Amino acid sequence: MPGLVAAPARGARFLARRRRAYYWFIVPALVVVGAVIVFPWLFTLWMSAFDWTIGSAAHFVGFGNYAKLATNQRFLEAILHTFYFTALAVAAPLVLGTLAALIFHRDFPFRGVLRGVFVMPMMATPVAVALVWTMMFHPQQGVLNYLLSLVGLPPSLWVYSPTLVIPSLVLVEVWHWTPLVMLIVLGGLAALPTEPYESARLDGASEWQLFRFITLPLVAPFIVVAAVIRTIDALKTFDTIYVITGGGPGTASETINLYLYLQAFAFYNIGTASAVVVVFFVIVLALALLLLHVREKTKWS
Amino acid sequence: MADREHDTGPQRQRRRLLQAGLGATALGAIPGAGQLAAQAQGAFDWKKFKGEKIEVFLVKSPRGDLLTKYHKEFEDLTGITVGSEMIPEQQQRQKAVIEFNSGNTSFDVIAISYHVQKRLFGKNKWLEDIRPMMADKSLADPNLDFPDFAEGGLKYATQADGRIDSLPFNLDPWVVYYNKELFEAKGIAYPKTFAEMIDAAARLNDPAKGVAGFVGRGLKNANVPVWSSFLLGYGGGFVDARGKLTTDTPEAVDAAKMYQTLLAKYGPQGVAGFNWNEAQSLFLQGKAAMWLDGIGFAQPLEDPTKSRIVGKVGYGVMPAGPKQQVSALFGDGQGISTFSKKKGPSWFYLQWAANKANQTRILQAAAGAPVRKSAYAMAQSSADFKAPKQWVECMLTSARIAQPGLPVIAPVTEFRDVFGIALTNMINGADPATELRKATAEFQPILDKSEKA
Repeated sequence: MPGLVAAPARGARFLARRRRAYYWFIVPALVVVGAVIVFPWLFTLWMSAFDWTIGSAAHFVGFGNYAKLATNQRFLEAILHTFYFTALAVAAPLVLGTLAALIFHRDFPFRGVLRGVFVMPMMATPVAVALVWTMMFHPQQGVLNYLLSLVGLPPSLWVYSPTLVIPSLVLVEVWHWTPLVMLIVLGGLAALPTEPYESARLDGASEWQLFRFITLPLVAPFIVVAAVIRTIDALKTFDTIYVITGGGPGTASETINLYLYLQAFAFYNIGTASAVVVVFFVIVLALALLLLHVREKTKWS
Repeated sequence: MADREHDTGPQRQRRRLLQAGLGATALGAIPGAGQLAAQAQGAFDWKKFKGEKIEVFLVKSPRGDLLTKYHKEFEDLTGITVGSEMIPEQQQRQKAVIEFNSGNTSFDVIAISYHVQKRLFGKNKWLEDIRPMMADKSLADPNLDFPDFAEGGLKYATQADGRIDSLPFNLDPWVVYYNKELFEAKGIAYPKTFAEMIDAAARLNDPAKGVAGFVGRGLKNANVPVWSSFLLGYGGGFVDARGKLTTDTPEAVDAAKMYQTLLAKYGPQGVAGFNWNEAQSLFLQGKAAMWLDGIGFAQPLEDPTKSRIVGKVGYGVMPAGPKQQVSALFGDGQGISTFSKKKGPSWFYLQWAANKANQTRILQAAAGAPVRKSAYAMAQSSADFKAPKQWVECMLTSARIAQPGLPVIAPVTEFRDVFGIALTNMINGADPATELRKATAEFQPILDKSEKA
């Protein structure tokens, strides 16, 4: 009997030894991940437990910074602004981008050139785009109000009005990022099989039914990918808002990122800023999990 | 030690004797030995620090450009090599705070904005007190002519405890730019008081023609000095001697009401989002009768390629408030990092930068409003000086009645943010007294904390 036990044991030892040898190969990756991701992350957590403004001493306050944030009206509003902005800046490009992809999927003259023109906004630098839009939004000298006056509409205040500022900013995002959604969805459409359409047509399906019951379910995974990318981009939008409004008028377009920037780099409240980062991270994580869940569901169907 | 290496003959011999007797380390231990030698020597020599190298950290601006352009002149004069870095204002301020906070700086000389950084730098003693070097005849340029610096600038450079930790360089008092053509068309004279100012704005405001009676900054943060211009005239202030905010007093509320009236009632549409550049471009188009801002923004107004109102611009001193006539003041200067190991050469740089020739160049290049009084006379006597006479007079008068346009506290940016939001809310219809009370309550703990730490 000992022989029978000994053989597998020797094999297991051999495997274990090899496994131990393999472990050394992941050390470089571990070190890099630890140094550039895990350590800064833990350090941020650590700093968020201190009441620390650059230029004065740090005091340990535990969860004090979080408690203050929880009752800080400005911060809570910033979260709402972030969600409002993100929802609009994801939904609008998704709808318009999908629509554009359907159009560009058809065959028509100069399609290649027009596709090229359509994706051009994507190549522009966000800050440059923001600066140009700032000029266009100008209530007296901006071209947008001039265009409104051409069709007989009264001038709008655009980003200078507390109620219109976020939709106006979303306009910039839509202009800038609809092409990205279009490209992703177009890729999805190109990969679609033709057989389902042929059989559906034989069954007398209308164009709308073709879209609703064949195209949409089949490209849904691609739309979800576009949604994930757009959500991440919209959540972290900083340059556009910072350049055009700086969070204003007042705090009407102040998102979490803007608030974070002010705390960290204008007021030098490192403790508060770190706590904001942690809260923001939790929000991003929750949204990412939600989107992953949605993605799994679209895969199943 | 470097400053001793260029001593002339007799001193050097004497020191050699001393060194022979006491040893080099012992000499260093005798208090004031170096100073004694310096006093004995007496003469000032620009070449004293020949062969050294300093790092200068400037702000990207017409004035930073000007200094950088003439660095060669300083190098030829002193034999000191200058390495310089110049980045935009906000980034420069951030980098400075982070470097100072780390306890070591990559630069020896730094450009500072008094209205933002004075208290923060003073409280932490991040800049070297220049008084000892100024008193040291071997280090102070005999042509430094300290009294030539305008009072407002000297006040700005002096900390509450009497330390002088920078040399002022440029002043930016707030003035009223006005469109003479619009004023004449309605037969209105330039206002002398706040009441007349409001009245003029009301009469000149003509929305049908797209002309605003008044324009100024409405954008949060940037807008605070507009309010403080009024606040100072009403006899108000920011913080009392006990460190309590006085920003919700009746004077402050009156000033805020004036701000609200001028901007919301007689200002252009969307003024809540205006910074100086939007205000400036509106004024340049001849679409605003009055524009309150820093005097340093005058240059494009007389440039025919940018301005539709060349020759029609009036430069008015801030009208008098019910209590006093005050021009809100901004300013910048240069100081020496306390962590620098090249304090002597850095001090030479400070003196060179603020010398009369450079100050006159600021005016000639229309790069700002120099702090030296003599610069104006010198510039005006030169043939290629184009600034209008009224601008020069306005500058000199304003500098005389100027007071800091922002509180001298460490968290200035946060102050501007909190009160800036209150002011923007007022433009959008909020009640001035309520907004100020809210902002004051919000900011008091921040101020207390910054002074306690």
